[in-house]
Amino acid sequence: MSQSAAVGTAVPAHHAEHVEESFIRHYVFSTDHKMIGRQFLFLGLFMMVIGGLLAMLVRWELAWPESQVPLTGWIPEPFMYDGHMDPAFYNALFTMHATIMIFFVVMPILVGCFGNFLIPLMIGTRDMAFPVLNMMSFWVAAVSGVIMLAGFFVPGGHAAAGWTSYAPLSAVPTYTGVYWGQNLWCISIIVLGVSSLMGSINYITTIINMRAPGMKLFRLPLTIWALFIVAILLLLALPVLTAALGMLLLDRLAGTSFFQGPGGGEPLLWQHLFWFFGHPEVYILILPAMGIASDILSVFSRKPIFGYHAMAFSMIGIAFLSWIVWGHHMFQSGMNPMLGTSFMISTMVIAVPSAIKTFNWLGTLWGGDIHFTTPMLNALAFVSMFVIGGLSGIYMAATPVDIFIHDTYFIVAHIHYVVFGGSIFGIFAAIYYWFPKMFGRMMNETLGKIHFWPTFIAFNCTFFPMHILGVGGHMRRIYNPLQYNFLVPLQPINVFITISAFCLGLAQIPFVINFFYSLFAGQKAEENPWHANTLEWTAPSPPPHGNFGALPTVYRGPYEYSSPEVPEDYLPQTRRLAGEPVARAH
Amino acid sequence: MLRWLPENISTFGPGIDQLFYLIYYITGVTFVLVTGLLVAFIVIYRHREGRRATYTHGNTALEIAWTIAPALILVMLGLLSKGQWDLIKENPPPSDTQIRVTAKQSNWEILYPGPDGKFETADDYQVDNDLHVPVNKVVRILLRSKDVIHSFFVPQLRLKQDALPGREIIVWFQATKPGRYEIPCAELCGFGHSGMKGALIVHDAADYDNWLKERWPPKETGTAQADSSDAKKG
Repeated sequence: MSQSAAVGTAVPAHHAEHVEESFIRHYVFSTDHKMIGRQFLFLGLFMMVIGGLLAMLVRWELAWPESQVPLTGWIPEPFMYDGHMDPAFYNALFTMHATIMIFFVVMPILVGCFGNFLIPLMIGTRDMAFPVLNMMSFWVAAVSGVIMLAGFFVPGGHAAAGWTSYAPLSAVPTYTGVYWGQNLWCISIIVLGVSSLMGSINYITTIINMRAPGMKLFRLPLTIWALFIVAILLLLALPVLTAALGMLLLDRLAGTSFFQGPGGGEPLLWQHLFWFFGHPEVYILILPAMGIASDILSVFSRKPIFGYHAMAFSMIGIAFLSWIVWGHHMFQSGMNPMLGTSFMISTMVIAVPSAIKTFNWLGTLWGGDIHFTTPMLNALAFVSMFVIGGLSGIYMAATPVDIFIHDTYFIVAHIHYVVFGGSIFGIFAAIYYWFPKMFGRMMNETLGKIHFWPTFIAFNCTFFPMHILGVGGHMRRIYNPLQYNFLVPLQPINVFITISAFCLGLAQIPFVINFFYSLFAGQKAEENPWHANTLEWTAPSPPPHGNFGALPTVYRGPYEYSSPEVPEDYLPQTRRLAGEPVARAH
Repeated sequence: MLRWLPENISTFGPGIDQLFYLIYYITGVTFVLVTGLLVAFIVIYRHREGRRATYTHGNTALEIAWTIAPALILVMLGLLSKGQWDLIKENPPPSDTQIRVTAKQSNWEILYPGPDGKFETADDYQVDNDLHVPVNKVVRILLRSKDVIHSFFVPQLRLKQDALPGREIIVWFQATKPGRYEIPCAELCGFGHSGMKGALIVHDAADYDNWLKERWPPKETGTAQADSSDAKKG
């Protein structure tokens, strides 16, 4: 440890001499973790626009089935017939909405952007352990994104077997009529898996080896704990998906039959492999947001996080348990029912650490001095929406109830409360909170609130009624609910949801304006605008190449707010109080 | 919210609904409690000049309490669920009425074994999408698929089971009310997924006898067989 710190201190002098970098080295093929973080942010936000628009088309179809969709006359046959949607194209739309949002929005932003940007800054080092690998990880992800988008333009259209791509539907081209779309889908995610592998190795190495002197593991901010755990999950989960995708691709292209009965394969094998990856994946999407929300709640309550150790250990517990709950996606799949019972038990168990975290967030607010900044509002939205998403999970964990609600809109409601209500509000909170450090300018608070409130309200109007649809038995992934007599009385709810979804889309306009306006004309940010304790706020805004002048030394945990030892209501990790021993490298 | 549940017409349905209601009340109370506290805290502890936050890192007793309480509730829900689950999925009761349902893109192929009770004999009757069953009798469905994964779903029976190619899965139910109900496919199965639906026709005893007699007339069994096997080919 002392060695790497020593190596680290040697760097700034070196960098100070070489500030001049070519445009390409600085903005395109950058090895600076902060630039790579920003690149991931722009990739994710760009993809979010596409994923969001796809959702709008899906929602139009559900509210006014088989009618002419406005503004889509330019989409050619056989996808749209003069604005009328083809059912196969509808399948491609929801497949790609989910694929893009999960793999190209939430993962790049929470893990790619904030993982890259925050890890070196919050642990007090100059860059990632492997900067070139880090650069490659972004560019490989970008290539993967291009491959994924290319799928929209091949004959037969894009993948249409759902983001879960259950075999044999996904394994035999004639079952969907999709040829290269599904192949490109597989290839893109295999490539993305390589990117994420490079990233996760880098994160793990950096966090283990390159912490500043005095930065013990239990002085790490919870955001870093979350990213550390997520990197381990990624390292272990993604290769399973990559292997499964490779097999699927071989089934499609080389005539193997891993997932088809007649050739000796087994359709359920795909589901086991997919969900063995897929459930840790759910926590990959939510854990970083949990860490971020913990940090932001503590900062704006001006109060230490309640139960720091319990918070860290509950995330570790969630990570371990996430490996043995995958079968709860498969209760009705034909898997042995006895196995269903064991997966139900492990699933019930994983609810306990989530409950601990929720109560600790409440404990953090209790007795606080709460400032309602935009990042704080988004963090509070995260907590309250995660409560709903967590509680609705109990319904499907209970196997008999799951018989009814499995594959209905209840599941769609649940996943959106977790991934939008959780991860996306976490992303908004993080962007508003760290924007000053990333770009050196503050975001506009008024516009931030104009973004937050309509988003929060429209989000709930969009996704809460989906629970009701699910209780009414409304299946997922159907193109026209009016084909079913028992769904006809529910149709007004579909219309309400669609109108709310359009409002939710429109509510993002103030965010886009705020983001770009603040990027160029926002008020200049000081070093520590939020009076926070963690190390990134001791670097200039934005931090230069190499981040810190002299490397910081850490004297305490990250949550010493309103400590009686100092008159101010914050006590940065780097501040040495009289009488404290000089920290040595640990 | 649960008033939106479709009418319940199966013997095990009330058990599922009771559990549904129980979880609804438990999660409802938890939601009101947690959100109530959240709102109360952000109102009470909002920033005011000159106030300083309470400096505390946690409270072990409290943390142990709120770990154990949810754990106990979840264990109880797990035990209650296991009983219902085993009843529905583990131990299908014996039945005189067996019907083979084979899913295919995008129809349900229904195969009745006929009076001999055996499949793949001359008196079989095969039809797409019409599933005739008697009321108040245990019915066994032998569920198969010809191509991709489908899911046999009858909302009013509170019954759902995926159909897998290469496997036969036994599903049972006992309908308590005559009528006509829809059998949607609940698992994405391709471009025809939406609109893939069959009809479950639950007959009362007399009606069911009539249907049987119409399908397999008692005296001219031979010709009926020939007719139905023709129909099957057609």
